[in-house]
Amino acid sequence: MTIPASRKLWLGYAVAMLWLFALLWPLLGIKPEGLEFADSFALWSTLALASAILLAFWQLKQHGVFDFVSRPAEAVSTVFSKATGRVPSWIWLVLVLAGALVFPLLTERYAQDVAISVLVYICLGLGLNVVVGMAGLLDLGYIAFYGVGAYTYALLSVHFGLSFWLSLPIAGAFSACAGCIIGYPTLRMRGDYLAIVTLGFGEIVRIVLNNWMSLTNGPNGILGIKPPGAYWWSDGKIEHIWLGSLEQFYYVILALAVCTVVAVYRLNHSRIGRAFEAVREDQTAAELMGVNTLGIKLLAYSLGAIFGGLAGAFFAARMRFVSPESFTFIESAMVLAMVVLGGMGSIPGVILGALALIALPEVFRGFELYRMFVFGGVMAVMMIFRPKGLWPAKRMGTRSEERD
Amino acid sequence: MREPILELKNVSAAYGRIKAIKDISLVVYPGEVVSIIGANGAGKSTTLMSISGVLPLTGGEIYYDGARIDGIAADLLPARGLCQVPEGRRIFPRLTVEENLDMGAFFRKDKAGIAHDMNRVFQLFPILLERRRQHGGTLSGGEQQMLAMGRALMSRPRLLLLDEPSLGLAPLIVQQIFRIIREINEADGVTVVLVEQNANLALQASTRGYVLETGNVVMEDEAGALLANPDIRKAYLGE
Ligand SMILES: Nc1ncnc2c1ncn2[C@@H]1O[C@H](COP(=O)(O)OP(=O)(O)OP(=O)(O)O)[C@@H](O)[C@H]1O
Ligand SMILES: [Mg+2]
Repeated sequence: MTIPASRKLWLGYAVAMLWLFALLWPLLGIKPEGLEFADSFALWSTLALASAILLAFWQLKQHGVFDFVSRPAEAVSTVFSKATGRVPSWIWLVLVLAGALVFPLLTERYAQDVAISVLVYICLGLGLNVVVGMAGLLDLGYIAFYGVGAYTYALLSVHFGLSFWLSLPIAGAFSACAGCIIGYPTLRMRGDYLAIVTLGFGEIVRIVLNNWMSLTNGPNGILGIKPPGAYWWSDGKIEHIWLGSLEQFYYVILALAVCTVVAVYRLNHSRIGRAFEAVREDQTAAELMGVNTLGIKLLAYSLGAIFGGLAGAFFAARMRFVSPESFTFIESAMVLAMVVLGGMGSIPGVILGALALIALPEVFRGFELYRMFVFGGVMAVMMIFRPKGLWPAKRMGTRSEERD
Repeated sequence: MREPILELKNVSAAYGRIKAIKDISLVVYPGEVVSIIGANGAGKSTTLMSISGVLPLTGGEIYYDGARIDGIAADLLPARGLCQVPEGRRIFPRLTVEENLDMGAFFRKDKAGIAHDMNRVFQLFPILLERRRQHGGTLSGGEQQMLAMGRALMSRPRLLLLDEPSLGLAPLIVQQIFRIIREINEADGVTVVLVEQNANLALQASTRGYVLETGNVVMEDEAGALLANPDIRKAYLGE
């Protein structure tokens, strides 16, 4: 790197650090007792020093100072990636699945709890992925279907004593109906308008749950929801047991997540999935090819809603309690962030996105006060360096001449 | 007289308050190649979009195959054998060539027939066979035009509406495209309505032609007669 280029780099760095301070100080330095500089300055200088050192290292690397390390490392990594590339993908799948199966045996409650959340969000993310990633419909009220599923099971369990497994398809069906009811008037809109209207409907569902006292018990929520049941061999006879422990919940949601992955994968490779993509790419062209675009969008919307509803039913069983507070807009935003961060339309991407967005904040608990700050920073950095997501969908073409 | 395959009776259409076409009447008989020529903004694409049912009419009637089709949802027409290759090709950029072609046969269930037609498309456009795993958006302009035509042929049309197939293509590719238009007309018996800027080429490939000017049909005649007409030569053939 030449000297002027280097100067430009450091100038940019200085500006960035000033900007960071301008951002940091109001957060930390303005207190009821008065203004304070020492704390924020200490934190800022640590950050600045650390990043300056990193930047200097990077510059040295650009100059080739570390070639003696990176050359052999590169050789090793190409050999490694060649070796891993030769392993068929089903082996990776089996490994991941085996890891997921033994996970509760190796960890304690806290990790299992986080894992359950991750799996719930994987189901939600994959469902929303059908709507946003495949069909290209920006839905900001997706969590409404999660809520419909959760309340369906909650009410069926509390009032009719219906079992979880019977309620599961009913919750899916109710969510699909809700998807049709919301989708029919809204899906005629395109782009930004659709986003705003779905946002509105998401809030409407939450407000209805909050105010329909006679049915939903309003903000107090519904208590006493039963966990899933199962028949199990014990003491020489078959007995009915409740799957109430954390590990059992983990396996239930793992099964649900695996089913969701398989279903979304099959959908992705089906004719219908292709029609979703065609409508996303060019609605008029799809119509000219004989695709009923409103019908296809409605289908995508209600299929997505089904996955949300199933996850919702599980959520109700897991918490044994539901209240409208769990279905706020921030949850919709979170699920959407997973899809975008992971890579729209990509199943492994959405899984990674859910892992990153649920597990990372837990990892950052050490930062306490700055947890969300660090989290936001990491998100911003990831979107700058991987704008198409952590694991982008394969459907990204390069022009032929670029490839050759 | 033969029954027309397509007939427009006093068709008008508008975008909001802008009247794009006014009182257009035209007929197309089976087996014909009919071209519609006219300057930019004359309403050629609007006419095709109205026939395809994408744009609702503000007046008039459209008959296809003896039945009235205006007011029918656009997505039902390909199954009845009416398909359009829209202006600017509009292929699906992130689907592969093969998937694009499959989308053309979206409403069809006959697997054997689809495979047969796919072979026919590859026979007409060998380059598509070579590129069949490539994303549509990565094709060159000419290849995209071929893909768009192939995709429409996958619906096994009886009436094909082509909107400016020569747009932005090199002369050699244009000739190839026109040769194929003639071939699908003659060998496969597909009736073609051809919208073109390149009036010379279009009229040479056609049996009859219509001239559109600011949303009105101002002239209709045999293609040869239009080519010989001094007014047309002056206005559209650059003489
Ligand atoms: N979506 C639209 N909204 C509003 N006006 C439109 C729209 N599409 C076309 N128009 C107007 O309708 C008129 C006819 O347009 P049309 O696209 O049919 O012309 P054309 O004959 O196909 O022209 P070209 O040869 O340039 O493709 C034009 O005045 C155009 O500005
Ligand atoms: Mg046009």
